[in-house]
Amino acid sequence: MTDSSMALAVEQVCVALGGRRVLRDVSFCLEAGEFCGLIGSNGSGKTTLLRAILGFVRLEAGRIRLAEQSTGTGLIGYVPQKIALDPGLPLRARDVVALGLDGARLGPALPSRARTARVDEMLQAVGALEFAEQRVGLLSGGQQQRVLVAHALVRRPRLLLLDEPLANLDVRSTAEIVALLRRLSREYGAAVLLSAHDMNPLLPAMDRVVYLANGSAVAGRADEVVRTEVLSSLYGYHVDVVRVHGRVVVVAAEASEQIHAAVAHNPEHTTAVP
Amino acid sequence: MSLVLSVPGFLASEPVRIALAVGGGAALVCAVVGCATVMRRQSFAGHALADVSSAGGSAAYLLAVNPLFGFLGMAAAAAGVMEWADIREARERDLLTGVVLGAGLGLAALLLYFDATVRSVSGAAVTVLFGSMFTIPASIVPLALAVAAVALAASAIIHRPLLVSSLSADLARAQGVRVRAVALTHALALALAVSLSAMTVGAILATALLIGPAAAALRLAKRPVSAAVLAALIGLGATWGGIVLAYESFYWTPGHGWPVSFFIVTLIFCAYLIAGWMAGRPGTRPAAHPSGCEGP
Repeated sequence: MTDSSMALAVEQVCVALGGRRVLRDVSFCLEAGEFCGLIGSNGSGKTTLLRAILGFVRLEAGRIRLAEQSTGTGLIGYVPQKIALDPGLPLRARDVVALGLDGARLGPALPSRARTARVDEMLQAVGALEFAEQRVGLLSGGQQQRVLVAHALVRRPRLLLLDEPLANLDVRSTAEIVALLRRLSREYGAAVLLSAHDMNPLLPAMDRVVYLANGSAVAGRADEVVRTEVLSSLYGYHVDVVRVHGRVVVVAAEASEQIHAAVAHNPEHTTAVP
Repeated sequence: MSLVLSVPGFLASEPVRIALAVGGGAALVCAVVGCATVMRRQSFAGHALADVSSAGGSAAYLLAVNPLFGFLGMAAAAAGVMEWADIREARERDLLTGVVLGAGLGLAALLLYFDATVRSVSGAAVTVLFGSMFTIPASIVPLALAVAAVALAASAIIHRPLLVSSLSADLARAQGVRVRAVALTHALALALAVSLSAMTVGAILATALLIGPAAAALRLAKRPVSAAVLAALIGLGATWGGIVLAYESFYWTPGHGWPVSFFIVTLIFCAYLIAGWMAGRPGTRPAAHPSGCEGP
């Protein structure tokens, strides 16, 4: 990879929180315009890794490099987990995006045509123009995610981090948000790193996957990483990567036997274990 | 009963002019700071600061110093303690606030007792707790207006970073906002606002001026600046309206007027009810989307 296209390089990163080792020797790289899923179950270290990239937690070892253009403070786009947007907040969708542009500046914002134009352009890009004037707390989960993505992207960062943006979305909104992020990462040349506990909605879109288990990671293309041998070695015990009705399921050996038995017995009515 | 207010007579009275100036300043500051406080879900902290400031007010009577200094000192100290503890979790925060509130009120009880016994200041308790706008000394006006100006300037300066912080502290931090500095500045502006409010409507009722107009305005406004302007209008209207009614009440029960604080708080309560009724009418608020589905 040439240095000019590098958006993020995580090199042998170790993080300990409260005496507990949360990340162990995690390494991977992202190039500009790449769409990468950060996959792992709850407690696997996804949020800590994102917070380490943002500089919120101290690295015990290793280092994290960003593209030169994004080394200034606040030049990483970020959509945190579970933001409670109160219906009582007097903020329209448009105001939230404008705060993404210059929310760190002191003093009230002065009306500016250039500012409005940039906000409009961003609202258009995420398909949020039609509800731009509504209170953000009254929007649906999918609409709020679009607004938060616009908030994160309006300053054109080279790197966009999203922490579980698909949690609490219905199937249709999930597919729409994934497609949107995939398109924006190409259009804006921004590397997108998105954490999720279920990789299935991301499989058609991912250029690369970082799979986390117990603080360790493997990274690469999805077809290289999501394999029985690779994930068994990551987990430290045997797991099976099973494909059921187009979905990928990672299961411990015993559960996988049950799934195989169920599929063989009645292929029409299989419930996948996530 | 007929309105017997004579405008020149009303404005010729010095206590009235002082009440209009100090009360107006307090209402303005409380409206602006109150909107941010409600948005940050710190109403309880605001209430606690006001109550705790009563200990400072009582101490000021004991030491015979300007009571505004007392309210200010105590509110700022309590705000400092509560922000310094830097507790993120809401439940823990409420517990700390409650503990500080209890300790402050206990101190106020002791100091008010000394006011009555040692210094024989009659009515100190009522003045500190429930306010007495027509007895505010003229010497306080310049200081009160300066405090109001500082609080308004601080609120204006942190306007945008505070809005981002109320969405999410992490979101703000990622954008380069110095979240703790902003929170501390807001806490100090809050301390200034409640001490002005305590000076006018009393420490116990100070929350009404802080939270009431802001809560009413937030029911109606869609944008942060319009919420602050609307809250300021409601606060000023209620405060000045209350002063007029209290002045008027001297004629209702000859010889002694009714407390100003009662009228102000009642007017604010009415404004809140009216705002709720207006916000509840169809068409004034965009309908919530119950499901996660959305249009193409």
